[in-house]
Amino acid sequence: MKEDFLVFDHVTKRFGALTAVDDVSLSITKGEFFSLLGPSGCGKTTLLRMLGGFERPDSGRIYLEGRDITDLAPNERRVHTVFQNYALFPTMTIWDNIAFSLKLAKKPKAEIEESVDSILEMIQMSDHAWKYPNQLSGGQKQRVAIARALVDRPQVLLLDEPLAALDLKLRQHMLIELDTIHDQVGITFMYVTHDQGEAMSLSDRIAVINKGRVEQLDVPAKIYEAPASRFVASFIGDTNFFSGEIASVEGDYCTIKVEGFPPIRAYNDKNLAPGQKVDLSVRPEKIRVTINPPLPEKGAGINVFPSKVRDIVYQGVYTKYWLVSSSMLVSALKPHSRFLLDQEAITWNDDVFVWWHPDDGYMVEAK
Amino acid sequence: MTDPASVSRERPPMSKRMAKDTGKNRPGKAEWLVTIPSFAWLMLFFAIPALIVLLFTFHAKSANGGVGPWSLSTWRELVDPDYPAIVWKTLRVSFKVTLWCIVLALPCSYAIARMNKKWRGLVAGAIMLPFWTSFVVRVFAWKTMLHPEGWLQTCYHAWLHFKIWLLAWIPGVSAPAAQSANPEGCLLGLARCAIDNASTRILDSEAAVVLVSVYTFLPFAIMPIYTAAEKFDFSLMEAARDLGARSFYAFRKIFIPGIRQGIVSAVLMVFIPVIGSYVIPQMVGGKDCLLIGNKIFERAMGNRNIPHASALSVLMAISVLVPMGLAVWWKSRQTQRSRRRMEEDAVRRAERRDER
Ligand SMILES: Nc1ncnc2c1ncn2[C@@H]1O[C@H](COP(=O)(O)OP(=O)(O)OP(=O)(O)O)[C@@H](O)[C@H]1O
Ligand SMILES: [Mg+2]
Repeated sequence: MKEDFLVFDHVTKRFGALTAVDDVSLSITKGEFFSLLGPSGCGKTTLLRMLGGFERPDSGRIYLEGRDITDLAPNERRVHTVFQNYALFPTMTIWDNIAFSLKLAKKPKAEIEESVDSILEMIQMSDHAWKYPNQLSGGQKQRVAIARALVDRPQVLLLDEPLAALDLKLRQHMLIELDTIHDQVGITFMYVTHDQGEAMSLSDRIAVINKGRVEQLDVPAKIYEAPASRFVASFIGDTNFFSGEIASVEGDYCTIKVEGFPPIRAYNDKNLAPGQKVDLSVRPEKIRVTINPPLPEKGAGINVFPSKVRDIVYQGVYTKYWLVSSSMLVSALKPHSRFLLDQEAITWNDDVFVWWHPDDGYMVEAK
Repeated sequence: MTDPASVSRERPPMSKRMAKDTGKNRPGKAEWLVTIPSFAWLMLFFAIPALIVLLFTFHAKSANGGVGPWSLSTWRELVDPDYPAIVWKTLRVSFKVTLWCIVLALPCSYAIARMNKKWRGLVAGAIMLPFWTSFVVRVFAWKTMLHPEGWLQTCYHAWLHFKIWLLAWIPGVSAPAAQSANPEGCLLGLARCAIDNASTRILDSEAAVVLVSVYTFLPFAIMPIYTAAEKFDFSLMEAARDLGARSFYAFRKIFIPGIRQGIVSAVLMVFIPVIGSYVIPQMVGGKDCLLIGNKIFERAMGNRNIPHASALSVLMAISVLVPMGLAVWWKSRQTQRSRRRMEEDAVRRAERRDER
């Protein structure tokens, strides 16, 4: 474990009665783009601040390249942070902001100039070098903050919700830029966000955190498709939950008995035994909504339930349907394809069928 | 940050600068109207009185202690051989007091600004507490403390003796004492005599004036610096630490520039009243440390020579404003030059890179 690049070893941090970080163990490889994802107040910033040296864990150790850095001061570790509010020095020019760490390291003048100029070019800010931070736009400040933290090649770059203050378009643009920068510099990135879209599109691996604990640590696709808990399934994306008990097992599949709902078939990848309480998560985009039931030869063994349309929300790429099936409210997403031409339009209060393949539901064990 | 100073330091390219000058940045009519009350206030209570003082200096004194007819006699009489020394001493004392006040106020304000809200109010209140007693009473209290039999003087004396006692442990110093028949004749004995001599008195010296002035004006230095420090974004210190700075470096390079405005007002708040102060030097400075304020007081009240007192005030103002103006001019020229040099440097480097 200690041999890995960056290791959190059973780290716990309390603020009074509140346990902000609860026995977290993480192991991060060199050059990885690693994300911490979780709701507000779950302890992400606290975790980063411990790595940056601004908080001391109550127990547990942090190792960087095999060295115990738990008790080192912030200036004694080569870990730089891009702060949520950027924290650019208002009394210095952009150039001086970026050169700050290099000057501290007493690098030769020519080398400082070379590094600062080349990173300014990389973030396309060469023309703004002699401006002051309050003369920049949000996205420009953001890029300067990243450049300032990257210029002396830290071992790890910490980014605490760096895009939170930007508007949607700029955020999408910066996402791509961040990705490019990461590819260019090859430094380990530790990225904090509560936006699952950001985490999904950037990360090599994601740790989903809830109430100071790591709920799941995996690649983005696994986190989305095979959530480890009900919390992860509901936090990442949108989903429908069916809570019940396994009634019977048939080979790879099982039947789940849900209170007030017909039996549902699901893929039993964890080989759970009958009697096990489970939560079945079915993503809205996996649910089909049609006026006619699926053809019998296509529909062998799939879940089909008659429903009534409660509400329709047009969202551009998709239309979202809220349907009442038995006593449950189910949401479904339907992409548009030649929307106006060959689809029999579904409207409010229509009687329809919702259906999905048993493979498209994912079971998590209920606590 | 909307720090006006940092905005004004920008040097946009020529075209932009010109665009700005003709643009909407120029205050409109309504804005001028808004400034009329404060402008009138300044004219009425500052500019006009200052002008009157200046005019007085071109009059002779009248027999009854008032202002006489137009004349240059006042300026001619001003060539008193004592004045240059007194002006110099006044500047020196004011400079020392200001320096000490700022040096003490900086860590104080930093500490107060970092306290939590409850303590902050309490400590800030405690700093203002002395103002509830009369200024003269407080200076008088200092007089008793600094008196040869006062406890501060006694402690200071004891401290000097203690230092000599420590000195005696150094072999080179104490050796001749042991050999000499008359121990009091040696180096140590001389030092002891010197200490017991009146020259170590604090009262009636320049040191006493500086000490009591620092005590009096420290709150005036702390308040503006603290106000600036309270608005200072301390996450900048964390950012500096994060990038590899030690705490003191961050304090010097980030905190102090960040509260520059506060420091400038603190300097003015201390320097200006100290230059004109006459009560403190009168009470604790003795004969050795009478400042220009005392001279002005003496001429105005003792000799009833208002024009002469006015001329002294003008002289003092000139001796402060001229060096200050020069310093500001020099500084702005310097920063402009270094910025231009850096920009040219950057252009040259960019060109070199393009060639490659
Ligand atoms: N210095 C502190 N003193 C007391 N409690 C704190 C302190 N810092 C954080 N906390 C608490 O610790 C918990 C975790 O805080 P943290 O800032 O790590 O959350 P976060 O995951 O970064 O949230 P967000 O997404 O809103 O930034 C919160 O409940 C917070 O109130
Ligand atoms: Mg946070």
